[in-house]
Amino acid sequence: MKYLKQLAVILGITLIGEWLNYLLPFPVPAGVYGLFLMLLLLCCGILRLEQVEGAGNLFLDIMSIMFVPSAVGLMDSYRQIQSVLIPVVCISVISTIVVMIATGKAAEFMITRQDKSRKENQQS
Amino acid sequence: MNFPQESLYFCTVLSLFTFWLGTWLKQKTGWAVLNPILVSILLTIAVLKFLHIEYATYEEGARYISYLLTPTTVCLAIPLYKQLALLRQNLAAVIIGIFSGVIASAGSIFVLCLLFGLDHTYYVTLLPKSITTAIAMGVSEEAGGIVTVTIICIIITGTLGNIIGESIFKWTHLKHPIARGLALGTSAHAVGTAKAMELGEVEGAMSSLAVAVAGLMTVIVVPLVAGLI
Repeated sequence: MKYLKQLAVILGITLIGEWLNYLLPFPVPAGVYGLFLMLLLLCCGILRLEQVEGAGNLFLDIMSIMFVPSAVGLMDSYRQIQSVLIPVVCISVISTIVVMIATGKAAEFMITRQDKSRKENQQS
Repeated sequence: MNFPQESLYFCTVLSLFTFWLGTWLKQKTGWAVLNPILVSILLTIAVLKFLHIEYATYEEGARYISYLLTPTTVCLAIPLYKQLALLRQNLAAVIIGIFSGVIASAGSIFVLCLLFGLDHTYYVTLLPKSITTAIAMGVSEEAGGIVTVTIICIIITGTLGNIIGESIFKWTHLKHPIARGLALGTSAHAVGTAKAMELGEVEGAMSSLAVAVAGLMTVIVVPLVAGLI
């Protein structure tokens, strides 16, 4: 009955997430409300990792396949996007490179600064 | 019953097997272009076209796969919880790094959409393209984007990030493992994280952390900038 309990906990949190999505006016997906709720419960110690990890890891393991059905919808919406295909692909490529460099450089700058101030603190 | 056109399980099995085939092909060849998600989508469409099955019929059975996406998003809390110690130690770098990436993403998409003359629908469709599909699908839908196109952009983004990541790091002299992991996770979500895992343990942990944090930051940023175009 290990997985039954884990499924009940995960789907119970999902249900509360769905309810929050319905109740609150923000454009936040139900799953994200649930993610926060589960993280909060784990941090508070109300929920232990062993109580969700087994079924949770199964979900995370098969996660990639869950994107396929929606993307297959492309066979119906292909004509709709045909005219913007080139700009959409260009934007995807350029912005990916921009984001990668921006994140990496900003993080590296912060790490170097942090290391410097730590060294200075040790010297003084 | 008209078999397999009306089977409730045929389409689900078809998507699962093509995905499996994609995984096998990628292992055999080692080519990042043979992304299993991409292979599965293309082969599934090809088989459906060949057998003259409508998307609506396919969706009838396959929607039970998509149904699992919301509880799976909830479960992303599990790896995030495990990385909390690493997050606390490098809090400033993690927050500033990922935030810069999220802003760079929104900024570059805004400018490029203006340059290419794309309208509001495509702007909000593209905005969540760097984050994990589980969250991005919800963000795109809530903002009024075309979810299918968002998914295609996410796959292009992830595959590209996985392929060019190392070259970009060499080219920009980005050496720190924490910075490299954050860059891969923020720009190319789970597919980028696969590359980060290859680079090292710290890179992998930081990248999976970045996937969750960038996803959450994007949820907040997208509604704020969605009205700009």
